[in-house]
Amino acid sequence: MSEIVIAVENISKQYRLGTVGRDSLKDDFKRLRYKLMGESDPFLTVGDENVRHSESNSNYVWALKGINFNVNQGDIVGIIGMNGAGKSTLLKILSRTTNPTTGLVKIKGRIASLLEVGTGFHGELSGRENIFLNGTIMGLRKQEIKKKFDEIINFAGVERYIDTPVKRYSSGMYVRLAFSVAAHLEPDILIVDEVLAVGDTDFQRKCLQKMKDISQMAGRTVIFVSHNMTIMKSLCKNAILLENGKAAFSGNVNDAIFQYIHGSNTNAVESNIATLNNLGIQNIFLTNLNGSVINDISAIDYAILNFELINQIEDSILGLTIYDENDEPNISAHSTDNQGGFDKINTMKLTFPAKYLVKGRFRVEINLNGKNYESAFYFTKSIPTSKFISAGNSSKSPLVTIDWS
Amino acid sequence: MQSTVEEWDIIIKPKNKLLDFKLKELYNYRDLLWLWVRREYVGAYKQTILGPLWHFISPIFSTLIYMLLYGKIAKLSTDGVPMFLFYNAGITIWNFFNGCFGCAAGSFSNHAGIFGKVYFPRLIMPLASMVTTLIKFGIQFSFFIVALLYMSYFEGYQSRFNFLSLIYVPISLILLAGIGFGFGIIVSSITTKYKDLSQLVGFGMQLLMFATPIIYAYSLVPVDIQKYILLNPLVAPVESFKYALFGIGTFNALMILYSLISTLVLLFFGLILFSKAEKNFLDTI
Repeated sequence: MSEIVIAVENISKQYRLGTVGRDSLKDDFKRLRYKLMGESDPFLTVGDENVRHSESNSNYVWALKGINFNVNQGDIVGIIGMNGAGKSTLLKILSRTTNPTTGLVKIKGRIASLLEVGTGFHGELSGRENIFLNGTIMGLRKQEIKKKFDEIINFAGVERYIDTPVKRYSSGMYVRLAFSVAAHLEPDILIVDEVLAVGDTDFQRKCLQKMKDISQMAGRTVIFVSHNMTIMKSLCKNAILLENGKAAFSGNVNDAIFQYIHGSNTNAVESNIATLNNLGIQNIFLTNLNGSVINDISAIDYAILNFELINQIEDSILGLTIYDENDEPNISAHSTDNQGGFDKINTMKLTFPAKYLVKGRFRVEINLNGKNYESAFYFTKSIPTSKFISAGNSSKSPLVTIDWS
Repeated sequence: MQSTVEEWDIIIKPKNKLLDFKLKELYNYRDLLWLWVRREYVGAYKQTILGPLWHFISPIFSTLIYMLLYGKIAKLSTDGVPMFLFYNAGITIWNFFNGCFGCAAGSFSNHAGIFGKVYFPRLIMPLASMVTTLIKFGIQFSFFIVALLYMSYFEGYQSRFNFLSLIYVPISLILLAGIGFGFGIIVSSITTKYKDLSQLVGFGMQLLMFATPIIYAYSLVPVDIQKYILLNPLVAPVESFKYALFGIGTFNALMILYSLISTLVLLFFGLILFSKAEKNFLDTI
């Protein structure tokens, strides 16, 4: 019953870096020469992975490389990834403003995309005229727009300004109107890039509800990009994680977000360890107060985090922070100066109040600082999915004392 | 196999089929065309006090300057037509051609912003601008008619036109629009990556006007130069336009046919290049 409405098959998009000039003309001639000889494009075999900060001598990068996924009707699919991971390029291809270099996308139904604020709005025209303009850009007839007109204005909440040129609108009003038009004109597939951030909290909530509604009640499909993981989690069931133009993960939204946050931190850790002579932490496990190993802390008030330090440094201060899935610190504590002899201990047991953690999965970060703060050591350990599940309801992180023993 | 192909509404591929101009899709978007015409027309004179009066002011001033420059100083003959009418007609028809060309030549560069955000048939934009150009022509032409009536009534000018020859007005407009549009979309497609051509076109249009009987009558061109001037497909429509209004002008069926073929060829190659360029122009513009 849930049929596939978007099928993305091996999509790649190559970009040439630098400016257009004599060099690019040389490349174009080379391409033409190969084409005339009946060979394939020579530049398709070159090109680097799209990593923003590393230098390379290749002028070609793959903004997207070999992306495959399907989207079912009625799904809300999130797309997450760092800046430059290829999110916008993917959306551009899906909304047909640019074409893939290779690959195929098959789509069922009408698409409306909200790629940037004020899509297709003309500043000189009034809100009323722009609603019609926008609707026809989406391929609707005038009568269809007329039927939805009142609903659109009501939702956007810009009644008073409807006959004022939209260039006088605030950016929030712009987005309100743009989203309202896109959501009410009943596209089969709605593509929303990170534009809602401009709207106020109230409107954002309304938009999220609207997207849920059109997905659940009307069976329409939504593709949604955001850096706000809370919104992402509440809205989407599935997500695609893009990393350097490749689909690093595709599936359950929680797993995708976890990998996104976790993955981006492991790199930092590795480089820190390398510079600090194998300082590290091993054998991490959780126990309850009785000392028996547990994986689930949802039912208990206090838990003990056990780990061993390798290559301890002298006069160090140990800090511990427990982050939730959104990378918000929930509990944080550090050892104090008067806990002398700390550096002699290699096996650590940290007791913390599990009941104060919000629901979800957690990541534990342990910092080891030299006393003069010169050689800061930073270590992160992610607790795997099945562990650290807490049912706590409090979203505040209270002041806690941790027993260093 | 057949059914699986038809199941999808949209298939996005790296390249378009060569001759797939998607004219049906264009028709489905006709409401957008009219809204865009309105947008262009209203947008152009928003926040001006004189508004559409500017449609009259600029050609009147140009006409007066031409009268001074080419009529009084260079003393070019106007074939017995009052100078004001002669230059005004020339400017009106040239503005129309130049408008058609200009809006098509700017299809990609002028609308890169909106093209980058939403998909719709890209040809809508130049077509809408062309309709706007036609409206502007209508306004300027009606001014010309008023001037013609005034001249006939008060100045005793006898135009030798007859009502039958008025048929040449739409013919000339269609040919000029086709040539301007076809040439324009070729230029816009080629200049999405390398913009050298747009430099050339900038002064090229000025030169083209001198190669077209706008400020002079074709009959004044020396015979040995005429065969070069005739290579210009604009000669026939411009001359027939003047013939329709003043009853003077040199053209024949062969010249019209030559213009017609040029129009079709330009449109054909223009559409091919345009549909090729619209796929990826956003990455290079």
